[in-house]
Amino acid sequence: MLAFLLRRVLLLIPTFIGVTLAAFFFIRLLPGDPILLLAGERGITPERYAELATRLGFDRPLYEQYFAYLGNLLSGDLGVSFSTKRPVWDEFFTLFPATLELSLAAIIFAVVLGIPAGVIAAVKRGKAPDHLVMSTALVGYSMPIFWWALLLIIVFSGWLQWTPVSGRISLLYFFPPVTGFMLIDSLISGQRGAFNSAVQHLILPTIVLGTIPLAVIARQTRSAMLEVLGEDYIRTARAKGLSPLRVVGGHALRNALIPVITTIGLQVGVLLAGAILTETIFSWPGIGKWMIDSISRRDYQAVQGGLVMIAIVVMIVNLTVDLLYGLINPRIRHRR
Amino acid sequence: MPLLEIENLTVEFATVNGRFKAVDEVSLTCDRGEILAIVGESGSGKSVSMLALMGLLPWTAKVTADRMSFDGTDLRGLSGRQRRRIVGKNMAMIFQEPMSSLNPCFTVGFQIGEALKVHLGLDRAERRKRTIELLDLVGIPAPEARLKAFPHQLSGGMSQRVMIAMALACKPKLLIADEPTTALDVTIQAQILDLLVDLQREQGMALVLITHDMGVVAETAERVQVQYAGQKVEEQPVAGLFDDPHHPYTAALLAALPERATSRRLPSIPGVVPGQFDRPSGCLFSPRCRYTTERCRERVPHRQGAMAGFALCHYPLVQGRPIGHPAPNRIANAAEEPA
Repeated sequence: MLAFLLRRVLLLIPTFIGVTLAAFFFIRLLPGDPILLLAGERGITPERYAELATRLGFDRPLYEQYFAYLGNLLSGDLGVSFSTKRPVWDEFFTLFPATLELSLAAIIFAVVLGIPAGVIAAVKRGKAPDHLVMSTALVGYSMPIFWWALLLIIVFSGWLQWTPVSGRISLLYFFPPVTGFMLIDSLISGQRGAFNSAVQHLILPTIVLGTIPLAVIARQTRSAMLEVLGEDYIRTARAKGLSPLRVVGGHALRNALIPVITTIGLQVGVLLAGAILTETIFSWPGIGKWMIDSISRRDYQAVQGGLVMIAIVVMIVNLTVDLLYGLINPRIRHRR
Repeated sequence: MPLLEIENLTVEFATVNGRFKAVDEVSLTCDRGEILAIVGESGSGKSVSMLALMGLLPWTAKVTADRMSFDGTDLRGLSGRQRRRIVGKNMAMIFQEPMSSLNPCFTVGFQIGEALKVHLGLDRAERRKRTIELLDLVGIPAPEARLKAFPHQLSGGMSQRVMIAMALACKPKLLIADEPTTALDVTIQAQILDLLVDLQREQGMALVLITHDMGVVAETAERVQVQYAGQKVEEQPVAGLFDDPHHPYTAALLAALPERATSRRLPSIPGVVPGQFDRPSGCLFSPRCRYTTERCRERVPHRQGAMAGFALCHYPLVQGRPIGHPAPNRIANAAEEPA
C-alpha cells in the first residue's frame, strides 16, 4: 500500500511540470500585451513602457522568465497579480472557498441523484424507468451549460421568482468571512434569514454545474450495475434468500461503485472547468470568474497561479480517489 | 412423501427469435437423505431446472409445472418473500465456478454470516461462533483466521468449501450441487466430492448432484436421472443404470467412460445437443443415436415403464439389445468399431 502511494505521488511530479509549462506558455501565446492593457485608454510613453517591462521581467528571454517563475513557484511564491497588486496566493484563497462550496454542492447533487437513478435504470432495464433516466441523462449531458443556466434563470428566477439570479447571498446581509463557506458563515453570523438566503443562492448554480456530472454518473452507474448484476456472486446472494434490496443495494452496488468512484474523481476536473462558466453566469465570486477576468486582463501571474492551483486540486482529488479505490476494492488493497 | 416432488416442469426462455424450451416436461423426486444425480451433456437443462426450483432464473424465463412441492409446501405461486424464507434456509445451492460465486468485496466471514443473520436472526457473536464451526466443518484449516479473508485470497477448492459452508449455514434439508467439481483440479475434485457425501450423511440432508461426469455419479449417487435436450430420458438406481442402461443415450455416455473402453480410442457420441433451431421432430436423440429408424425420426417416443428405466425411447435397450427394433442385427456404426 505504501509503495502504491509512493508511486502515485512520484507520478504527480511530471504532471506538475507539464502543467506549469502549459500555464506559462499558453497565456503568452494569447494576443494582447498586459502592459498596454494595464495602461488602458490613457496610453503609455515608450520610456514608461520599457521601465514597466523591465520591472515585470518581460525584457528577459522567455526561458529565463519560465525558470524564474518555476523557482518562485517551488518556494511557494505564485507572484503578484499585475492588476490588483495583491499576491496571487492571497487572491486565490480568498476566492477558492466560494468555488469549493459550489463544486461540493454540485458533486453531492450529482452523486445523490445520479447513483440511485443509475441503479433504478439498471434494475428496471428496458422498461419505462430505464428509458426515462437514460433519455434525461442524454439531454442533460448534451445541453450547453450557459443555455441550461439561462433556461433555469428564466423559469425559476424570472417567472416563478423562487430563486435569486446571481451572487452568493442577498445584499441585506453582511458579515465578515470566517471559513469562506457562505453556508457556514451565515450560520455563524446568527443573522436571521441569512442561511436561507445563502441556500437559495446556491440552488441554481448547483443544478447547472451538477447536471453534466449527474448525467455521467447515472450512465456509468447503470452500465456498471448491469455488468455486476450478471455476475455469479449475485446469483449466490439470491440463492442465500436475501431480499432484492440487500442483493442490489449491498452485493451489487458495492462492486458497481468501483468504476463509478473513478468516474466521480474524473468529474472533478470537468466540474472546475464548468465552474468557470457557471460562476460567470451567476456572478459567483469564485476562482472561475476570477480566472476569466484575469485572462481578459492578460494578468499572466494570476492566470498561471490559478491554473497551477486548480491543477494541484485536481491532482489531489485524483490521488484521493485512487486511495479510496483501494479502500473499497480489497483486490487492490492487497496487491503489492 | 418425498422431500422434493416436481412434475412436468417446463422452462421456456423468451429470446429474440421466439421461445426456446430449455426444460421440457421434466419430472423429478428426491427423498429425505437421498443422493440423486442428474446427468447429461451441456445444454441438457440440468442446471436450468434446478435454478427454476430455486427461483433464480432471469425474468425472461417462463416456468410452468403440474406440481412443484418441497417439504410439503407448494412452490408454485409463492410470493418472492415467501420463497426467500425457504431458499437459502431449507434449500440451498452451490455452483460450478466457486471463484466467481463469492462476492469479491466482502470477507468470507461476512458472506457466511449473512445467511445466519437473515434466516436465523443470530447476533454478531453467535454468527461468528457458528461461522467458525461451519468453516471447521467443511475442512478449512485455521477457520478463525479465515473469517477476515477475501475471496481473491482463496484457491478454487477453498472457495468451494466456503460456498458449501455458506449453503449449510442454516442446516438445509436439500442441497443442490450444480457441477461442484467441474472447475477444480482433479485432486481437489475428489476431496470436494468426499466432503459433500460425508456432510450429506452427517447432516441427513438430501443432495441433488448435477454433473456430466459418469465417474462422479458412480462414486456418489444412489439414484440417477439422465437428461437430454431438456427432457428426462431415463431414471434408475445407480447400480441398475451402470449394469443395464435402457436408453441409448445413457448407454453411449457409459461407453464413453475410459474404464469401459474396449479399444484404444474412446468412443464418443457424434454431434451435439440440438439447440433452438435444429430440434428434430421425433425423438430428440434420433440424429445421434445408433439405433435410429424412420419411426424415431417421425414420432415422439412414449415413456417406458419402471422396468425399462422410464426410458423415453421407441426401442429401449435391455442388456444392450434394442427391444422391438426392426433390424437389431444390422445397426450402423456399432460400439465395437468407433468412428
